[in-house]
Amino acid sequence: MSVVTQERDYYAEIFADFEKATAGNGQGWLQPVRRAAIARFTELGFPTTRDEDWRFTNVAPLAQIAFQLTSDSRVELTPREIAQFAIPGLGDIQLVFVNGRYAPTLSSTGLPGHGVSVRSLAQAFKDDRDVLEQHLTRYAAYAHDAFIALNTAFMDDGAFVHVPRGRVVEKPIRLLYVSTATADPIATHPRNLIVMDEDSQAVIVEDYVALDADVYFSNVVTEVVVGQNSVLSHYMIERESHQAFSVSTLRLEQGRSSNVTSHRVLLGGALVRNNVHPVLAGEGSECLINGLFMATGSQHMDNFMRVEHASPHCDSRQFYHGILDGRSHGVFSGRIIVHKDAQKTDAKQTNKNLLLSQEAQIDSKPQLEIYADDVKCTHGATIGQIDQDAIFYLRSRGIAEDAARALLLFGFAGETLERMKAEPIRRYLETLVAQWLPEGKLLEEVR
Amino acid sequence: MLEIKNLHVRAGNHEILKGVDLKVDVGEVHSIMGPNGSGKSTLAQVLAGRETYEVTEGEVLYDGKNLLEMAPEERACEGIFMAFQYPVEIPGVGSAQFLKAALNAIRKARDLEELDAMEFLALVKEKIKLLGVDEKLLHRSVNEGFSGGEKKRNEIFQMALLEPRLCVMDETDSGLDIDALKIVAKGVNDMRSPERAIIVVTHYQRLLNYVIPDYVHVLVDGRIVKSGGKDLALELEEKGYAGIEEELRAGAKA
Ligand SMILES: Nc1ncnc2c1ncn2[C@@H]1O[C@H](COP(=O)(O)OP(=O)(O)O)[C@@H](O)[C@H]1O
Ligand SMILES: [Mg+2]
Repeated sequence: MSVVTQERDYYAEIFADFEKATAGNGQGWLQPVRRAAIARFTELGFPTTRDEDWRFTNVAPLAQIAFQLTSDSRVELTPREIAQFAIPGLGDIQLVFVNGRYAPTLSSTGLPGHGVSVRSLAQAFKDDRDVLEQHLTRYAAYAHDAFIALNTAFMDDGAFVHVPRGRVVEKPIRLLYVSTATADPIATHPRNLIVMDEDSQAVIVEDYVALDADVYFSNVVTEVVVGQNSVLSHYMIERESHQAFSVSTLRLEQGRSSNVTSHRVLLGGALVRNNVHPVLAGEGSECLINGLFMATGSQHMDNFMRVEHASPHCDSRQFYHGILDGRSHGVFSGRIIVHKDAQKTDAKQTNKNLLLSQEAQIDSKPQLEIYADDVKCTHGATIGQIDQDAIFYLRSRGIAEDAARALLLFGFAGETLERMKAEPIRRYLETLVAQWLPEGKLLEEVR
Repeated sequence: MLEIKNLHVRAGNHEILKGVDLKVDVGEVHSIMGPNGSGKSTLAQVLAGRETYEVTEGEVLYDGKNLLEMAPEERACEGIFMAFQYPVEIPGVGSAQFLKAALNAIRKARDLEELDAMEFLALVKEKIKLLGVDEKLLHRSVNEGFSGGEKKRNEIFQMALLEPRLCVMDETDSGLDIDALKIVAKGVNDMRSPERAIIVVTHYQRLLNYVIPDYVHVLVDGRIVKSGGKDLALELEEKGYAGIEEELRAGAKA
């Protein structure tokens, strides 16, 4: 594995190769944006812990690895190999990506309904140029974010979902990203664009899984445009390899009276940065940001919320729960920005953390930037150990100590899972979470 | 059934129980009365197996076995139930799930078949009616957001469900209005049986109007200073703890 000493030059060089390799692929109109993005990256470089927004997360180990682009490392998988990741009862609209590249033979676009598009971004570059030109790269700003800049420069596949006006897609649409072992560590820059026109409704699940415990870098950007009066439930399951670097940004642009819920469960990855950035741009819009991160060993999970209230009468709710074991390190930053005109904002934020070991660590940091005067903003964070009074209460009723612990931990995680309304996804996540817990097996008996 | 001999207990540097002796047989109802801070809850918690208390001297035998060596869950499986003075709120753990886990753990220990979801629900619904507990409680987290009265009734409901052999009730009557008190009293009276013993820990005499004890013990400053029949409760009501202590002091001098 070669070592990168000058990350800026390194990425500029592979960008030059990337441009050559992708010349004439019909994405020419994006070239100026890509060039601007890589130029910006070479100015910014990767963030350091001197950056306020990265104070608790050191990405130097990521910067040193000479990640290759995926283009030449295609892997053919069989449906059997990915069967283990199936979510029972979810439905059959699924796009599968292997090492960042769309895998049509593994995917099934089902029948999402008239006029609803679910296809790979590479395909959309050909078929949906108008919609792409209108929205792609318009929301996730690369000017101050090195990871978005890299993604913008190198994106060439991902998912495109377009729900036209008035359409309701009942079955969840799943985007499954599978990583496999590769000769050299690779970087993928999945780019998802979800466009929901007025009065539409959809459920989208992004699921990041690994077939092997390998080193790779997954740098996802998902841009979502939620039109007036539309309803989106967005789920993300992050179960990357325990050696992986996982950076993802969910950028939501919300129209008038729109309603968005973002649910995220983070279980995998060596170094994880989870950015959720809704902009409540239209009056009366609402968003619920709900997440659970569970880390153990030496995992590092950094959750960075940036909730922007840009219009009056918008509501936002943030609930993030962390369970940290081993020598893991969790971070929760919850920034709420209320713009000058966003009167009658109602913003709440809660972050609760359980530390299961002496060495586990959490940094929780609320940040309020309020420029309007008639607003309601509250935040609260707790950090605690498992409640011994509760353990004793359960034991005094005949429940064994390890089962009591499992019940309490599962209950703590369950507070976030309960907010997930899509039944098959919630049930699936309950199982995943139970499996994560050291005493999880005991839950099968008592659940 | 239960034999407490010269029990000394402390928490940190604080000696709380200073030599308690008590013998309880099946079929009996005992009441332990005492002022605030006299060590009533400490005694109840030690019987249930709370590890924050340190037993420095003495022993407790349950059916002839050394109770103090048993884990809290073993005691529960052997038929001991303590109704908490302050039941613990457990967010995220559903009441139904909790009750099923408890019931099946105890049934397993008694070599009984575990109940499936249907059988469990039928049993719970039968018991829950008796105690005037709202069925909706089953869908809520354990004790979370319950009123004081709901918490106390929930304890008695659990007791009725788990059918213990030795019930220890720690101030289950405190803070209840008269209607709730009557419901709780009925719950306790329904539990009275020749196969079961009940210890009612209370600060007030009021509950004993409805649950008539066979024996009453007065606990003051970590010691049982007086024992007697049900009339002792009335005497206490009349003279107050101070009066009894006064009398004892006078008696000791004479
Ligand atoms: N865990 C503990 N640590 C230290 N002191 C305690 C603890 N529990 C009880 N005590 C003290 O022991 C005394 C008796 O308490 P308790 O048994 O709760 O009395 P009661 O139930 O009769 O009111 C009180 O002075 C109380 O402050
Ligand atoms: Mg007490």
